Amino acid sequence: MEQLEVGQVVAERELRFTRDSLVRYAGASGDFNPIHYRDDVAASVGLPGVLAHGMLTMGAAVQPVVDWAGPERILDYQVRFTRPVVVEPEAGAALRVVAKVGRVDDGSARIDLTVTVAEQTVLGKAQVVVKTEG
Amino acid sequence: MNPEIQGRQYPPTPPYLVGREKVREFARAVQATHPHHFDVEAARAAGHADVIAPPTFPIVIQELTLRQLLDDETAGVDFSRVVHGDQRFTATRPIVAGDELTAQLTVTSVKSLAGNDMVASESVITDASGEHVVTATSSLVVRGE
Repeated sequence: MEQLEVGQVVAERELRFTRDSLVRYAGASGDFNPIHYRDDVAASVGLPGVLAHGMLTMGAAVQPVVDWAGPERILDYQVRFTRPVVVEPEAGAALRVVAKVGRVDDGSARIDLTVTVAEQTVLGKAQVVVKTEG
Repeated sequence: MNPEIQGRQYPPTPPYLVGREKVREFARAVQATHPHHFDVEAARAAGHADVIAPPTFPIVIQELTLRQLLDDETAGVDFSRVVHGDQRFTATRPIVAGDELTAQLTVTSVKSLAGNDMVASESVITDASGEHVVTATSSLVVRGE
């Protein structure tokens, strides 16, 4: 793997979630909580709208790093769910991911993700440890 | 919520057989495009026995252990008020289609903060030979009434 420097952007991507994405993720993951596909249920529990599964946001946000490094090089991945992602029925939701080198160690590097919707961060402490040797 | 569940360990879950099509389905759902999730030949050329799962796929197996915790009436976790606080996966190796995985959850901490309860847990996922594959940790926030 190339020589990495702290602050270097290794990947960037725009993601789009639609209601279809949420139904697809519900089926694939087995998380059928109706707040992820029913407006009436979301409203009844006081949410601003139907939300993306936090695990969909986490799972999709790492993909630019997976493509850059290779999936077998992902050693550790953590996030905090700091802000819900509302997915509008027609417009969906647009997410932007920027992946930057946060730290370089012997044999691995920490990649820090900035994940935003309308310029607001939706994940906190989103960090991926990637194996750099071998 | 019952604070005495800190340290509680649930029995290992029954083996979960990772199917190739499930890996592909999950990979599509998280908008993955890397060929090692879809193309058996490409995965084998990279040294894997079959397609490998995306980094967050272990949630599917971890979920079986979280279900044990949520279904435990003595733990008193009200699922209708649960919000996912944070999540982490620490892997020894990727999950490969054909793996038979078992998970065991331990409650690592229970705290109360600003009227909310927080329960942190660790689910250790091992393969059929008992080797460590990945540890999934999460904290759930149970919102106050």
